[in-house]
Amino acid sequence: MKKRILPDLLFTFMKIGLFTFGGGYAMISIIENCCVEEKMWISHDDMMNITVVAESTPGPIAINCATFVGYQKAGLPGAVTATLGIILPSFAVIYLISMFLDRFLEITVIAHAFKGIKIAIGILILDGAVTMLKKMKKKRLSLLIMASSFTAMSLINIFSWNFSSITLMVTAGILSLLVFLTREAGGQKGGRTR
Amino acid sequence: MIYVDLFLGFLRVGCFAFGGAYGAIPLIRDVVLSYGWLTEEALTYMIAVSESTPGPIMVNLATYVGSTQAGLTGAAVATLAVVLPSFLIILLVTTLLKNFLDNPYVQAVLGGLKPCIIGIILATGVYMTERHGISAASPDSLDGRAAVITVILAALTFGMKPLGRRKLSPITLIVLSACLGIVVFGL
Repeated sequence: MKKRILPDLLFTFMKIGLFTFGGGYAMISIIENCCVEEKMWISHDDMMNITVVAESTPGPIAINCATFVGYQKAGLPGAVTATLGIILPSFAVIYLISMFLDRFLEITVIAHAFKGIKIAIGILILDGAVTMLKKMKKKRLSLLIMASSFTAMSLINIFSWNFSSITLMVTAGILSLLVFLTREAGGQKGGRTR
Repeated sequence: MIYVDLFLGFLRVGCFAFGGAYGAIPLIRDVVLSYGWLTEEALTYMIAVSESTPGPIMVNLATYVGSTQAGLTGAAVATLAVVLPSFLIILLVTTLLKNFLDNPYVQAVLGGLKPCIIGIILATGVYMTERHGISAASPDSLDGRAAVITVILAALTFGMKPLGRRKLSPITLIVLSACLGIVVFGL
């Protein structure tokens, strides 16, 4: 039984990797379906927890879930197997596409189609941002950071400045930590004087 | 060396790509444009291809960039690099640092990161929509054909919910935009 779990993990996650389009949240529901309801590898609560962890850690959410489920079932080999399983199908598909894409784009009809698609991508990104904005806790500091990073990034885009968005993120993280530490220190002082 | 560049570039993406695929796009844009691996044009095509093929978008983009820059080995290196940080972090969080994310200091940092990422994604979305959907033909002038498509797509994306309808899935939107592109730009 123990021996068969690795191939099972590999093929299940390959199936998930092959049939989920659009990434991210679409994948979570399919992973839930496969790993919780069908295979009963992990519990529903585990799945909820890992989704929260996946959202607060970097990287593709599907990868986070696969690593977690694999580790729960079969330790480190399981984690490696499940993660490989979910990557392999898209790796193969994209590798094949990368060899033909340039020639494919020279066809006029395809070029027109992609002009339309480019617009859709901008709108999809906007939509993603709006969805996240709705879910964000609207505290004063959060709104301030959001507005500043929006302004900074827009300027960077418009003037094509060579300035990494990672720098913005690190700055925001440090700033938020400093505010937290100041408030904490302030809170303690206030407590003592009273 | 190209393999080292690919590895470090996509490791950076993997380390900082909070907030799913759309959070990663501004970062990937940063890295890919600064190394000169893809043009703005090619990057947009590839985002579309990644959306319409199975698998996480970040992984798809890493595989593509790696493959066009340095063949199969390049593809493997870039894909490994983009996945490695989340793989290691999940292992750490599930084994050693079970309460790591509940730590108030960690929460404070994340509390600053998240709104910053939303701002970055929003700015990227606005910029890309303006660039490809309004002044597509030349900067500072309105491209009527592109604008027609933009209005239709935006109405379908942001207008469905107030009407009580379900939003179109990303793939439906992409297929629709491709059809609109063929019709409108072909006329």
